[in-house]
Amino acid sequence: MTALTAPRAAAGTGTRARRRNRLRVLAFLSPWLVGLGLFFGYPLAATVYFSFTRYDLFTLKYVGFDNYRFLLHDSDAWRAMRNTLWLVAVMVPLRLLFGLGIALLLTQIKRGGSVLRSVFYLPYLIPPVSATVAFVFVTNPGTGPFPAIARHLGVTLPDFFNDPSWSRPGLTLMGLWAVGDLMILLLAALLDVPKSLYEAAVLDGANAWQRFRYITLPSISPVLAFCAVTGVIQTLQYFTQALVAAKVAAGQADTPGTQFAPGYPDGSTLTFPQWLYDEGFRQFNMGYACVLALLMFAVGMLFTTFLLRRFRAFASEEAR
Amino acid sequence: MTATATPAAGTRPAPRRVHRRSRATRTRRTLYWIAVHSLAIALAVMFLAPLVFMLLTAVMTDRQALTSSFWPHSWHWGNFHRAFTGDMVRWTLNSVMYSVLSTAFVLASSIPVAYALARFRFRGRSAALVIVIATMMLPPQVTMVPLYIVWSRFHLTGTLWPLMLPNLFGDAFSIFLLRQFLVSIPAEYADAARVDGCGELRTMLRVVLPMARPAIAAVALFQFFYCWNDYFGPLVYANPNHWTLAVGVASFRAAHHVEWNLTMAATLLTILPVLIVFFLAQRVFVQGVTLTGVKG
Repeated sequence: MTALTAPRAAAGTGTRARRRNRLRVLAFLSPWLVGLGLFFGYPLAATVYFSFTRYDLFTLKYVGFDNYRFLLHDSDAWRAMRNTLWLVAVMVPLRLLFGLGIALLLTQIKRGGSVLRSVFYLPYLIPPVSATVAFVFVTNPGTGPFPAIARHLGVTLPDFFNDPSWSRPGLTLMGLWAVGDLMILLLAALLDVPKSLYEAAVLDGANAWQRFRYITLPSISPVLAFCAVTGVIQTLQYFTQALVAAKVAAGQADTPGTQFAPGYPDGSTLTFPQWLYDEGFRQFNMGYACVLALLMFAVGMLFTTFLLRRFRAFASEEAR
Repeated sequence: MTATATPAAGTRPAPRRVHRRSRATRTRRTLYWIAVHSLAIALAVMFLAPLVFMLLTAVMTDRQALTSSFWPHSWHWGNFHRAFTGDMVRWTLNSVMYSVLSTAFVLASSIPVAYALARFRFRGRSAALVIVIATMMLPPQVTMVPLYIVWSRFHLTGTLWPLMLPNLFGDAFSIFLLRQFLVSIPAEYADAARVDGCGELRTMLRVVLPMARPAIAAVALFQFFYCWNDYFGPLVYANPNHWTLAVGVASFRAAHHVEWNLTMAATLLTILPVLIVFFLAQRVFVQGVTLTGVKG
């Protein structure tokens, strides 16, 4: 790092030079510092304040801890929380396993590997709204090609996005389709493992499973853990795919006045951010929405702190 | 490694036996090759199938799109034209404005911040970096309510400005990505420029930034696609006049009375720009992805 610092001013003009240095740092950082106050500090403080009020954009009334008490009896909020935790517990590990599987498969392919890599990465690039519309279409039992093919083969696919017990598995399946982000990171990690380690293991008589268990896995475990933690943080924010899948499957749209209530079918796709959105921007219970926002902030910070602790390198001062 | 037994030298197969075993090894290798490749190809077909079915449905007649047949009886490429009219054109223009302006704002505001975090030494620098990462991980829903209230005071709710203007004040993800790249540029270049009498701003603009072009391109791409794909932001703020493609396409099916062919045509049109840019700038993309991940 020492090589990168600005040259130290000669002794004697120290104070003046230091003040100039500080001004220069401030000037370069100023857009971000102002933004931090305006779009992070202030809203966070205001969220705490509004959480003690009842506010619908017109009238504001101080209500003490009422909103917090309401949370304890809000069965929709708990359902949204359970659904979000379901996604964290099922989708995150499955995507990780699937991403690792595809990455391992790609390391075994010499020719055409780059084409296949692009193919597996492609669905991740598709805008989430478009990918969801497409996925609901190809799996819908009426006109969808996948159920039709399955019928030819004598299998009946579930009605993923109209059946409350299949909607979250459907979303998970869609998450597996868009596994490209994990696949690329894990593939890079796998290719970084020194070949000499494998050669030595082969000489020692290690079989494929032993090579994977004792060489590959330890070498890529930091990347795996990083993907797991960021996966949890992302899934806690899971919003777009669930809402769009529900909208398309229900065949309802937003028209001003009668906005679509999230969760179709039967509240099974209602995630926590959707409930926050619904309370705040459809029912205009701004105060209560702030309580939900604070809860989300607390959980998110928990995992972010863990991320920063576990991966010193992520925020390290040094060049990597 | 310690757990795998190391065979003693004497137990190694003698050269003669290796020779005899080689044919069996070869067939096993061939079988393995076939298994790996057929699995990969089968998966690739499944990954591409939804897109192919979308395209096939998009060119069907209205009536055929309501059946479960795969292959169009006749090809109606005009469906793309039918989908891309009226609302769709306005949504596209809104999406383009949102993405282009945001990207320009982010680059202008984030580059100096990343430069300072990478090159200047000052007290609180590591704290600043930690805050950047923490805000990067922050769900946008957390600060949404108070911000919405503020923007409504300025009478900007209903438009896309509440989503674009904050980008003038730096974006955490872009700052982080740029900083990771700038740290890796040797300081000697900048020092040489300074010896030649360049000010810090000139050094940044003339010497360091040209070298950071790949990272800047990656940041621009990521920001552009973030806005192009953003659904939550426009859903909260924009009224139907300011809807972007993402919001519009999500409501397309209901508005068009289950005309799956037009819905698929419209959806494909939203995907197209992303695909074109990806294939033109694949290297930039992959570089950017690995820059933001951890290593070792």
